Amino acid sequence: MTSDRAKLQRYLALRRGVTTVIVVAASYEAVARSGYFAPVLMPPLGTVAHTLVAMLVDGTMLGHAAATLYRVLCGFGLAVFVGLPLGVLMGRFRPVEHFVLPLASALMPIPSLAWLPVFILWFGLGNTVTILIVFYAALFPMLLNTWSGVRSVNPIWLRAAGAMGATEHALFWKVIVPGASPFIIAGLRQSFLRSWVAVIGAEMLAASDWGLGWVIFDAKEFLDTDVMLAALVVIGCIGFVTERLVFGSLERATIYRWGMARTAKG
Amino acid sequence: MNDLAQASGITSVPTAAGDGLLRRAARNAFPFIVVGALWETVAHVGLFPPRLFPPLEAVAAVLARLTLNGVLPHHAFDTLVRLTAGFALAALLGVTIGILMGRSRRAEDILLPLVSIGAPIPGLAYAPLFLLWFGLGNVPAVLLVAFVSAFPIIYNSWTGVKAVKDIWVRSAQAMGADNRRLFRHVILPGALPYIMTGLRLGLAQAWRVLVAVEMLAAVPWGLGWLIFGAQEFLNTDVMLAGITVIALIGLALEKLVFQPLEEFTVVRWGMMAS
Repeated sequence: MTSDRAKLQRYLALRRGVTTVIVVAASYEAVARSGYFAPVLMPPLGTVAHTLVAMLVDGTMLGHAAATLYRVLCGFGLAVFVGLPLGVLMGRFRPVEHFVLPLASALMPIPSLAWLPVFILWFGLGNTVTILIVFYAALFPMLLNTWSGVRSVNPIWLRAAGAMGATEHALFWKVIVPGASPFIIAGLRQSFLRSWVAVIGAEMLAASDWGLGWVIFDAKEFLDTDVMLAALVVIGCIGFVTERLVFGSLERATIYRWGMARTAKG
Repeated sequence: MNDLAQASGITSVPTAAGDGLLRRAARNAFPFIVVGALWETVAHVGLFPPRLFPPLEAVAAVLARLTLNGVLPHHAFDTLVRLTAGFALAALLGVTIGILMGRSRRAEDILLPLVSIGAPIPGLAYAPLFLLWFGLGNVPAVLLVAFVSAFPIIYNSWTGVKAVKDIWVRSAQAMGADNRRLFRHVILPGALPYIMTGLRLGLAQAWRVLVAVEMLAAVPWGLGWLIFGAQEFLNTDVMLAGITVIALIGLALEKLVFQPLEEFTVVRWGMMAS
């Protein structure tokens, strides 16, 4: 009974949502076709879709997306590789916390893109700069979330496991990691979001020949607004897919299965 | 939920009870001394050209010189004006839209799809589009900052209004509160912790985007532009001085604006532990 009603409600919400999107798209189309603005600056949706399909078919868009994904995954992976162990160490050992935390809180308010000109001078244009910028952007959410996750593990669990004779190794894998997992996954998510923003910005300024950010910036020079909008669509789709599918399923596979979600909320 | 986790993670810096103020200051300074000493050693050994890797005293000298002749304050002032304008616009629109979405089913159905389509696209990706539509200069910078920081504000205000306990609303209604009083005395205080989190995240986002968009939009003054312009002349010391100012402003925004504001409202009303 109740699930039927919930289903109906979800269906209605979906229908209204689709209606909104159609209405907005139609009004954009009307403005674009009215000729009030130059069509170069505001191409009709048909042109954008056509450009998008053409770029997908001849493979250029896939190449750009692959370049961007390669950079973002390298930087993000590096940030996880450094931030996760360091965050755990910070949570477990006081001296590490005292050393790293002041540095992290001083560096964190600096937007990663502010380092871009410095990094360009140090490392030249190209992949290294972009990957490092992504790394800088992703490191701090990862680090601080892991740290607060490890600190938030209930000390009673630690003592209980210790009393039952858990070794340091078992304590870490069986108690601390699952206990901190809601924070760690929130950290992964935030880190990825930041990386995604940083990679687009870095690609615009540290221009190479490939990358979604570069495509948008380059298309501006030639007033190819349809290319810009097509690249925006691709960027939005990749961001949406990773957010919903990758992190959503990661959350279901770990913290919900381990029954940690309620702890995270409390 | 993860947004809240982030906010609490940053603010809950441990304060060991019983530690002297001096000892805590020394403990906080220690890592900076170590890193500074490392930097100095590398800079003076001559591994890298000093033009690219200036020693700290050179950065400090540039910082002092540019501050005294008024260049750096001018850059910082223009950046702050843009930040304030963009963020004020975002706060006004974001909180209004968010509360509207939380209160009215119709508004939620209409706006939620648009918000969830717009939010996952990084704001900077729109920057070239804004530059084409609005020209170079201040207008696209302020609009982009407002656009980008509006999303977390809308999202958190909406969640906050939704999170107000049903029982509070019903008991206020049972005690005869009209819509205005219900809003003013129940919904607004109830949603405020979330709204504050949203404003905080929005401001952080605005700050990150502003520095980048100043590099793109060719504004005449601004810290982002200062750093980007210095790259052309290999003035690494100017760039590092600019980054220092950016870090200080970023810290000040968090410590001097939001923490006191939170103390003054939500903590005082007992909505949130200090």
